[in-house]
Amino acid sequence: MEPSGPDAFYAAAARAAADRELNRKLENASTRHFEHLAVAVSEFAPYQSERDAARRIKEESIERLDELLAELKQRLEARGVKVFFAEDAAAARDYIVRVARQAGVRRVVKGKSMTTEEIGLNPALEQAGIEAVETDLGEYIVQLRREPPSHIITPAIHLSKEDIGELFAEKLGTAYTSDPPALTAVARERLREVFLSAGMGITGVNFAVAETGTLVVVENEGNGRFCTTSPDIHVAVMGIEKVIPRFEDLSHFLEILARTATGQRLTAYTSFLSGPRAADDRDGPRETHLVVLDNGRTRMLADPVLREALYCLRCGACLNACPVYRHIGGHAYKSAYPGPIGSIVSPSLFGAGAAGHLPFASTLCGACKEVCPVKIDIPRILLHLRWKMTEGGGGQVAWPQAPARVRAAAGWFARAARYPSMMRAAGRIGAFLLKPFGHDGYLRRMPGPFAAWTRVRDFPVPSGGNGASGRETK
Amino acid sequence: MREVTLFSTCLGEELFPGAVAAARIVLQRLGLEVKMRRDAFCCGQAAFNEGMRRDAAELAARFLDTHQPGTALVVPSGSCASMIRIFYPDLLADQPALLKKARALIPWVHEFSEFLVDVLGVTDVGASFPHSVTYHPSCHLLRELHVIDAPRKLLAQVRGLRLCELPRGTECCGFGGLFSVKFPDISAAMLADKCKCIEQSGAEFVVANDGGCLMQMGGGLHRAHSRVKTLHLAEILASR
Repeated sequence: MEPSGPDAFYAAAARAAADRELNRKLENASTRHFEHLAVAVSEFAPYQSERDAARRIKEESIERLDELLAELKQRLEARGVKVFFAEDAAAARDYIVRVARQAGVRRVVKGKSMTTEEIGLNPALEQAGIEAVETDLGEYIVQLRREPPSHIITPAIHLSKEDIGELFAEKLGTAYTSDPPALTAVARERLREVFLSAGMGITGVNFAVAETGTLVVVENEGNGRFCTTSPDIHVAVMGIEKVIPRFEDLSHFLEILARTATGQRLTAYTSFLSGPRAADDRDGPRETHLVVLDNGRTRMLADPVLREALYCLRCGACLNACPVYRHIGGHAYKSAYPGPIGSIVSPSLFGAGAAGHLPFASTLCGACKEVCPVKIDIPRILLHLRWKMTEGGGGQVAWPQAPARVRAAAGWFARAARYPSMMRAAGRIGAFLLKPFGHDGYLRRMPGPFAAWTRVRDFPVPSGGNGASGRETK
Repeated sequence: MREVTLFSTCLGEELFPGAVAAARIVLQRLGLEVKMRRDAFCCGQAAFNEGMRRDAAELAARFLDTHQPGTALVVPSGSCASMIRIFYPDLLADQPALLKKARALIPWVHEFSEFLVDVLGVTDVGASFPHSVTYHPSCHLLRELHVIDAPRKLLAQVRGLRLCELPRGTECCGFGGLFSVKFPDISAAMLADKCKCIEQSGAEFVVANDGGCLMQMGGGLHRAHSRVKTLHLAEILASR
């Protein structure tokens, strides 16, 4: 899913922010997540040092990216994996559709992959007459609703079990139940025949080990393993940043990824994939493809500040930690990557016109940075992107009228603030004019750029600069 | 007698003169001579946060001309203090002369509660405030400056004060500077939750160390006809 500029974001965010039920579901899910995380961290003493170790490996990986990708390609090709470097989303989509068509594939099963959401793969497959079925339970649910995932780890986080019960009753014709095990059993049964009839499995990749040419997929439902072993063709899709140098590095990442993402010690399934079945193997795919996606990532790599965003493990913890995400949900962002991590990668992936407003949609509260397992300084990157979209030559944001006016006023304020006595005179005039309208120290309505303030809360009556001396009070 | 400079901050000057006056009184009662400089109005945080680095750097330059190392600079706002301490080096990275000035000044810059507790070693300022109070830890104070305990230690020593726990206290109030007026719907939803938690705390007053949070929470509580009032920490510490 691709963002389409600030107007769509404003409309969706306003709608979602007013949806208290959505907020309740997200608060509940987030509270549970952090309770689990707290337990997982408390019983694992080296958690903090493992975060630092993982961070160092990511730093090294991104530093040596060209060399590691070449090594990965060489190792994988030696075992018969077809490796394709896709410069952009279209190249990746076209390649995968071509492979499916050439093999006469009519049905594809998909493991959870945000990268395939990023490139808009499902619509492309559908257009080519190929059915793509999501097999992760959450993904299966949102696909039935014909909507994108609203979270990168928990795609149906915006739905309650009652919502899902109603959905299954309507779409699958089963008797209504809101019992999670019963609902899971329904999906499991429906998906079984789909798995067995699919000609291609498509998954993401959590880590790609250069040294051994190993693709690592972590998941909890076994659907990812099914997608990578049962169909004749397996296509793995990954961003260039997923490569890591050594097999032993995995010990650090696997210690922290599940803990941070879901509060688990380890995911239920950790698959180490090394390519198509060998002549004497009894199972496994006959063909394995790896699509390595750039799609703006090398632009991030070239920017010394943005580069840090490539360390992301896609654990999703920053989404749950973010109060903005919890109030507007994932769909409002209109990006495959919502929340704080989405706001720092989307402008590079989808362009400034489409996503340049997202770095501004944050209070810079820093909750994301606190939970990030590899300690990405997300607020700093948000600030950097704001600068790029303002005076740093990173493209223009087509601000709607109201926020454009606020920005103009902020610029005026910043320039006027160079002259404190002028500011104070203006403050005195403003206070003089506004004072008569004050009730109990507050104003209910303010003019100009302040109108957006008093639309939703009151404004303290200005003092006319009385604080300057520290002697007077209102 | 030691001398300190108190930076009133733009929000302090224009909207919260009582907080600035109270901070001054508290410092004076501790035997400090408090200077206030009138030639810097704003640290540049709003411009910096909006991506207007050129304008922010101009304000930072003026600020660094006004305030020299050698005298403690007390800032009654967590976000302004973190602007100077954490973000000036980033903002001024390409301007060596200013960067040098900033680095020299930074060790002298302290947020108000941090200055009292960590620099002066004072937790009891002799204040009395016989009311129930809840404390909202401002995001920049908490997660940029890592000032966690100082405000609580100070409140704990105030005579008659009953400290109420704020549910989901570390959650942002939704201010975020220009965010509050550029994204008013999101800001309002966050604020509504904060106000709900403040009510749940059962306190008569909510205290914070940042003009931005005080504006946001105060405005939200007042619009909702709440009986809970906002105060800057200094205002409680100045009460006798």
